[in-house]
Amino acid sequence: MMNWAAASPEIFLAVAGMAILLFGVLLKKENAALCTMLVLGAFAATFVMVMQTVPQTAYSSLFVTDAFASYAKLLILAGGALTMVLSLDYNERQGIGRFEFPVLMLFSTVGMMTMASAANLMTLYMGLELMSLSIYVLAAFAREELRSAEAGLKYFVLSALASGLLLYGISLTYGFAGTMDFAKLPDAVTGVDGVSTGLMVGIAFVIAGLAFKLSAVPFHMWTPDVYEGAPTPVTAFMSTAPKVAPFVVLLRVLIGPFGHVSVQWQPIIEVVSIASMLLGSFAAIGQTNIKRLMAYSSIGHMGYALVGLAPGTESGVRGVLIYLLTYVAMSAGAFACVIAMRRQGKSVERISDLAGLAKTDLPLASLLTLFMFSMAGVPPFAGFFGKLYVFLAAVQSGLWLLAIVGILTSVVACYYYIRIIKVMFFDAPAPAFDTRSASVSFVAIASGMFTLLFVLALGPFTGAAEAAARVLFG
Amino acid sequence: MISASAFFFYLFSAILLASAAAVVTSRNPVHAVLFLILAFFNAAGLFLLAGAEFLAMILLIVYVGAVAVLFLFVVMMLDVDFVQLREGVQKYAPVGAAVGAVLFGELWAVVLGWQVSPGADSLQGSPTPANMDNTHALGQVLYTDYVYLFQVSSLILLVAMIGAIVLTHRRREGTRRQNITMQQTRSVRDTLETLQVRMGAGVQELGILRPRPRAEPAEEEPRHEHAAGDH
Repeated sequence: MMNWAAASPEIFLAVAGMAILLFGVLLKKENAALCTMLVLGAFAATFVMVMQTVPQTAYSSLFVTDAFASYAKLLILAGGALTMVLSLDYNERQGIGRFEFPVLMLFSTVGMMTMASAANLMTLYMGLELMSLSIYVLAAFAREELRSAEAGLKYFVLSALASGLLLYGISLTYGFAGTMDFAKLPDAVTGVDGVSTGLMVGIAFVIAGLAFKLSAVPFHMWTPDVYEGAPTPVTAFMSTAPKVAPFVVLLRVLIGPFGHVSVQWQPIIEVVSIASMLLGSFAAIGQTNIKRLMAYSSIGHMGYALVGLAPGTESGVRGVLIYLLTYVAMSAGAFACVIAMRRQGKSVERISDLAGLAKTDLPLASLLTLFMFSMAGVPPFAGFFGKLYVFLAAVQSGLWLLAIVGILTSVVACYYYIRIIKVMFFDAPAPAFDTRSASVSFVAIASGMFTLLFVLALGPFTGAAEAAARVLFG
Repeated sequence: MISASAFFFYLFSAILLASAAAVVTSRNPVHAVLFLILAFFNAAGLFLLAGAEFLAMILLIVYVGAVAVLFLFVVMMLDVDFVQLREGVQKYAPVGAAVGAVLFGELWAVVLGWQVSPGADSLQGSPTPANMDNTHALGQVLYTDYVYLFQVSSLILLVAMIGAIVLTHRRREGTRRQNITMQQTRSVRDTLETLQVRMGAGVQELGILRPRPRAEPAEEEPRHEHAAGDH
């Protein structure tokens, strides 16, 4: 019996996207802002629909809605919406305000929601492709700019390779296990004489494909160039929702169907995690461009989040989910501040451009300081709790090495986060920035409030993350 | 005496291997593409022998019909210097051979280690029904059990289409488009004028060389309106 209604948020969002696309084509005017508003409205409606979904499996168990999927989808929608608001002003000022931009973001979000609900490796792959294909186009959206075109092409070519790896892994898994269904895989995985080599290779390739999207070391090469070249709202988008979706799907795959063989994948995750934390903290030190710095910062953050996955325990998954939540808020806020960096109508992105910001624009400097402290993991801001929960889970499972490396690299990372604060507060002032629009201020303040006041709402958020994590172990 | 299917298997395989080798060795790129098409046809034949007629048809329609023809276009239309591309072959051959050998060894290891889980057969999502050919069987599940994935893949194609348009379509200045309103509202007076011409007088001294200043504003006005209204 087919249950179409299970995917009603996705169906609604996709249909709304096509309607907005038609509307944009037929209206024949400068209508990017209007279409962005419509897409935001569609996101809000989808948000409500996701909150009301009931746990069930649908489409011959290709698709599942449970608390875990809903948590991820709400986070994806929130991240997408925040960065969409950021694009409103930026795109218009840069002359790339076209209505296809929000529509592509919407379709990317549909892909991510599909990934969050994947109950089959095929669903995972289709969602991933829908997500990525939209982002390739978005990265090259400022096509008159060489760097943007380069970013789009680079991401496309490397990502296609990663998709190939993922597909290879999926096909190996299917070949050795005989199924791609998450519910049936556990029985197939643990055969008579343990796990076959082919299946292990398959799992490794699936991890590699997803780690590429997460920009975890050693699949991080594309990140700094693409982050730097893509239009800033796209960079903001890439560092929020499209990090959440592959991560939750990685959690679901490794904990669910491959949970019984955690001994096999645990070393891979540990190595990737440690390498990401090290590279994220050390390579960022020499950066002068703030978008590149954020790229290395996001590599590091993915490393920390992977610490929570390595133990494969419920508290670890809870930690990762909280980490992703705080990371989305911090990134959206930090990128709002980066978008606010405009001088004489041109966006500037060097760290030295921030010099003396506290004297020329104290609110912006304070917000950026807040995000930098939070990213560095200073209590009592949101970023601290993300780190606390994942390190706690690692220690509980006896993975001391991960926790120690994590804490040490956090200290190293503090250096470059706090350097930005030093530049803003103690250097000789550079000329003031242009007045920023209300939409950018809104995102910065909303994310700032969340980051600052997260400690007060710790209970509900932790509870939601715990309920989501329990699903995977239920 | 070998059976007919074995005969065709060896026939198709032999031609497939030979044409595949010809694809990489032939000096003329057009020949290479044509050999590629021959290889596709023989692979389709092998699929047919294996009972996968749907895959065989898809291989012909998609690869021969679209991909190979596209290759042919690219090869014929772009001026790619293949001789220059081949220059390093001698130098890189040892490295290539080494990589190939490693890959072959790995494949060998995988194939030797191949072992299907005992219960794999029973796990098949949609086993082919006994009294049905596989095109029919595919059709039965594609739009029912797998309708969600089918629709997602159509969304992917839609995004690809939007992307191609967004990244390449630009509005050039000076392109002439048909404006039906302008054509319809034009009267004879706007375009035709009867003049009395003296015998033997040239156009230059009569002053009727185009463009005439009087007709300009009448033609400019609707064009502006058109440019603003069209997107």
